[in-house]
Parts: sequence; structure tokens; C-alpha cells
Amino acid sequence: MTQLNTAENRSRAMQPARQRTSSNTELYSWIFMRVSGILLVLLLFGHLWIMHLIEGGVSRVNFAFVAGRLASPFWQTYDWALLFLATIHGMNGMRIIISDYVRTPQKRFWAKMALYATAGFMLLLGTLVIVTFDPALPLEG
Amino acid sequence: MATSTAHAPARKSFYRGGEGMFTWVLHRVTGVLIFVFLFAHIVDTSLIVVSPQLYDGVIEVYHHPLIKLMEIGLVVAVLYHACNGIRVTLVDFWSKGAQRNRGMMRVQRVVFVALSAGAAIPMTLQLINDL
Repeated sequence: MTQLNTAENRSRAMQPARQRTSSNTELYSWIFMRVSGILLVLLLFGHLWIMHLIEGGVSRVNFAFVAGRLASPFWQTYDWALLFLATIHGMNGMRIIISDYVRTPQKRFWAKMALYATAGFMLLLGTLVIVTFDPALPLEG
Repeated sequence: MATSTAHAPARKSFYRGGEGMFTWVLHRVTGVLIFVFLFAHIVDTSLIVVSPQLYDGVIEVYHHPLIKLMEIGLVVAVLYHACNGIRVTLVDFWSKGAQRNRGMMRVQRVVFVALSAGAAIPMTLQLINDL
């Protein structure tokens, strides 16, 4: 593939990509990154402030501390929103990075499948934890 | 621009090393780092439904001074990604965003350094205090 990188060749290469698709998925993905990004700034600053900065930060985080937080519906909702926004925002960013650097269609397909499986696992596991968490779990021994 | 590339071999690299290139690279690098941590963080938090002992045992790792240094790095990475992301969003959505980009880059630098110091200094003091 020794094609000259002329403006004419570039535009020829670009045109079919837009014509091949009839959906606006990439536009929605682009908007989602910005909207979720703004929401994540707000949610994550609260999360970092509480978990990493005040009252000794991460040093005081243990089962009892997290149990106290997850007992409240407010923090359950907060953490669940954080989980979904961060995972999907991160997944979409990784998808774009794969599109940029993985060049053969086959490798690209499998890289994206692995990414989607990983993100699905993260969403499922995180949701399961928030929904099934029992603060009265006994401290044995 | 044309004179510097006229004699160069064709298509060696797109990159020209401007300021915008570094913010773009750093945005990607911090983004990947945060995503990798997010995966580990969801898995470690999930242990809370298994047993309090197991959760506390694993969370102890985060209380190690060396890991706390990495924690500071993580917070700084999040702050960089956030500051840069806000600028990119303003360039895209604010009608004057593109023409004010240079100025916003300067503001971004100041805000990022101020927030990083505001987070890293108390976290370092806490780290020393916990030793």
C-alpha cells in the first residue's frame, strides 16, 4: 500500500466512510463523551474529596466505613451513577484508541469484543455489589 | 510549514510536537491509566459482599505508603484529564471556544497546577503522618 498522501487521496478515503454509514452513532458517542465528562467532573470531585482528601483519606477506608456509606440510598445512587458513567466513558475512550491503533479488521474486532466484555463485566459486578450489599454481614472470628 | 516538510520523506509522521499534541497524548495516557485503575477498583470493592475480613485485608494494600504515592499520581491524572476535558468541551461547544483556545490552555495550566498542589500537598502530609 504505497499511496501518496495527497489531499485528493485523503478525501477519497474519507468519503466512503461517511457514505457507508446511515447512523449517527459516532455523533452520539462524541456528545456522550462531553456530557458524561461534565457529570463525571462533578461526581468524581465529590468522590475524591471524601475518599482521598478529608479526615485521613483512604487510611480510614475499611469495611465499616464503606458499609456505612452503602447503607444510604443517596450514596448507592451516587456510586451507581459514577460506576455507569465512568465505565461507559472509559469504554468509549478505549474504543476510540483501539480504532486508532489496531489496524487490521480482525484484530480490531477482537480487541473491541474484549473491551466490551470487560466493560460489561465491570457494570454487572458493580451493579451486583450495590444491589446485593448487606451492611449486616457478620464480622466472623 | 510547507518549506520544512517539502524535502522531508513523505508521511514519516503526522505529529509536529505542538502544545496541543502533548495535551492530546496526556489526555489519552491519563484516560487509559484511570480506566485500568477503575477495573481494579470495581473488583476490589466487590469483595465487600464476600466478607468484611477479605475486604479489609485487600484494602490494606491501599494503605501502604508506596501505593499511597500511586494514589496521589492517580488523583493528579484525574485532575489533568478533567481540566483538559473541560477545555476540549469548551472548544467544541462554546461559540468562542476555538478562538480562545490559547488562553484557555494557559488557564488550564494554572488551574491544573493549583488543584494538583491542593490535593497532593495534604495527601503527602497525610502519608507522612500515617508512617
